[in-house]
Amino acid sequence: MKYFLEIITKPDNIPIVGLLFLVVFYTWFAFKKARKNDSQEIPDEAKLDDKIQVWPYLVRVEFLGTLIVFAILAVWSITIDAPLEQAADPSLTPNPSKAPWYFLGLQELLVYFDPWIAGVMLPSIIIIGLMAIPYIDVNPKGNGYYTFKDRKFAILTYYFGFLILWIALIILGTFLRGPGWNFFLPWEFWDTHKVVVLNNIDLSELIGIPTKLPDNSLNIWATLFGFTFVTGFFGILGGWHYNKFKKTELFKLMGPIRYWTTSALFLGMGFVVLKMSLRLLPPIFGAYPIKYFWVTPWFNI
Amino acid sequence: MISPMKKFRESEIYKSIFRHKYDDTQRNRALQIVDNVFLHLHPVRIPRHATNIGFTWGMGGITFLLFLILTLTGVILMFYYRPTAQYAYEDMKYLMNDVAFGPFVRNMHRWAAHAMVITVMLHMFRVFLTGSYKPPREFNWVIGVLLLVLTFLLSFTGYLLPWDQLSIWAVTVGTNMARATPLIGHEGPFGPELGMRIDNDIRFLLLGGTQVGPPTLLRFYVGHCIFLPLIAAIFMVVHFWRIRKDGGISGPDTTKKTF
Ligand code: HEM
Repeated sequence: MKYFLEIITKPDNIPIVGLLFLVVFYTWFAFKKARKNDSQEIPDEAKLDDKIQVWPYLVRVEFLGTLIVFAILAVWSITIDAPLEQAADPSLTPNPSKAPWYFLGLQELLVYFDPWIAGVMLPSIIIIGLMAIPYIDVNPKGNGYYTFKDRKFAILTYYFGFLILWIALIILGTFLRGPGWNFFLPWEFWDTHKVVVLNNIDLSELIGIPTKLPDNSLNIWATLFGFTFVTGFFGILGGWHYNKFKKTELFKLMGPIRYWTTSALFLGMGFVVLKMSLRLLPPIFGAYPIKYFWVTPWFNI
Repeated sequence: MISPMKKFRESEIYKSIFRHKYDDTQRNRALQIVDNVFLHLHPVRIPRHATNIGFTWGMGGITFLLFLILTLTGVILMFYYRPTAQYAYEDMKYLMNDVAFGPFVRNMHRWAAHAMVITVMLHMFRVFLTGSYKPPREFNWVIGVLLLVLTFLLSFTGYLLPWDQLSIWAVTVGTNMARATPLIGHEGPFGPELGMRIDNDIRFLLLGGTQVGPPTLLRFYVGHCIFLPLIAAIFMVVHFWRIRKDGGISGPDTTKKTF
């Protein structure tokens, strides 16, 4: 526990402790408002739609907010010094080497994916996916007020992406990942010499298709299997849902481009979760963790 | 007795500055906003729920305030900082140990930067939960995503500047990904096939070398102090302008009753 306290009170980590509390608070707060609105005919926001003057009713809120922000920052800056470690030394790699905290979710993904996916493709898809949200969400309801029941799918998806895949992974990366990016429980000492058995196998090997042939060249059957699995994941799940969905009113409203964009982004998120689960869960049941789904001469997924 | 303040408010000087009277009338309240270059970012009148801190959480406003604080403290830091491998770390040491209020200004800059990353994420969370990206605000959400990315980049480039172990290794880890960029990274899919080497790929361009070194420091410094703040400020201007043009803070449509 001593070590854990040390880690959570590191000056650069304090904001993350704050972030955790803020996110939990605001999730609860927004959900409470949503439930209240959902239980009444007219949302609270609509009852407050009379016009008032910005001076003084808004300016005073902004002024107070400014004072509070300044007060918090001043106290914070007086009591806690920004870290300044030893001078930069390119020949002395610290262990663990961590990116700034807001990128630790992505750094965590490096455990499960090769860098070109975790570090380049996924961030790009996240940014593009976020930008696409207003254009693929055709639900006219839930605009300008807190609600849950009017847009369950949108809100649950966002909760999952933001709270689990972004915030929880940041917390994990900051507080529970130690030397060698190994996992440590809060009360464990961050041992640099911790030995972790690397017994990962590829998915094809799970069903008896070796990835490498005896002469160490790539097994074409493993590549074909991987290709089938990955395209199958998107093809079968995507096709299955499309078949179920294509006759609905909502599909007509969305049209094919919006539908397939949403489908691809959603399945992409599911794929990340599947890849993570197949690495993390098997050891719990005494099975081998899965490394790659699909191995090719140029890239591995 | 007439108070001096009251006298001042009625004087020619007061009127020359504020161009309207002070007494509490609807008209003066409106003029207070439209006659002031800073306040006229606001409309004169807004729906009551838009002033409700429970609705917006004030997060966009706080993010903007933090950006202003960062600009101010950042300029002060620039007086004491030289972006070369030879001086950068020494300048930080000097700032932390010998400059009056040096640590205070640096701490404020660093903590405000952390805070801004947090508030921008919470702002986005709020905007999502109130569905405020829906028509007619779709494009402002897109601008917002760009601001989110810019906030990350600003924070990331600033992280390198102290030029200590924390800085260079965090930036090394962060930029290592670039070598794996498909097509334009020397370790990315199809990179080598397209002639990418460690000394000509996208990461080389970013770092100005094959590893985080003095040219990286200069690149990140210019990006952090000039290029990125400028771009972020421009997008913020567009963001705020769009809020007004999209009809102000979102709220339930009480005429069409889409709730
Ligand atoms: C540097 C970053 C940013 C600043 C300074 C900023 C500032 C603001 C401010 C002051 C408002 C007024 C309402 C409020 O305070 O909530 C606002 C509204 C808005 N922001 Fe941002 N914002 C930023 C980033 C973002 C991001 C990341 C998004 C979303 C991806 C976003 C999307 C929006 C939208 C759609 C509105 C209109 C909300 C409504 O009408 O209810 N902004 N922003």
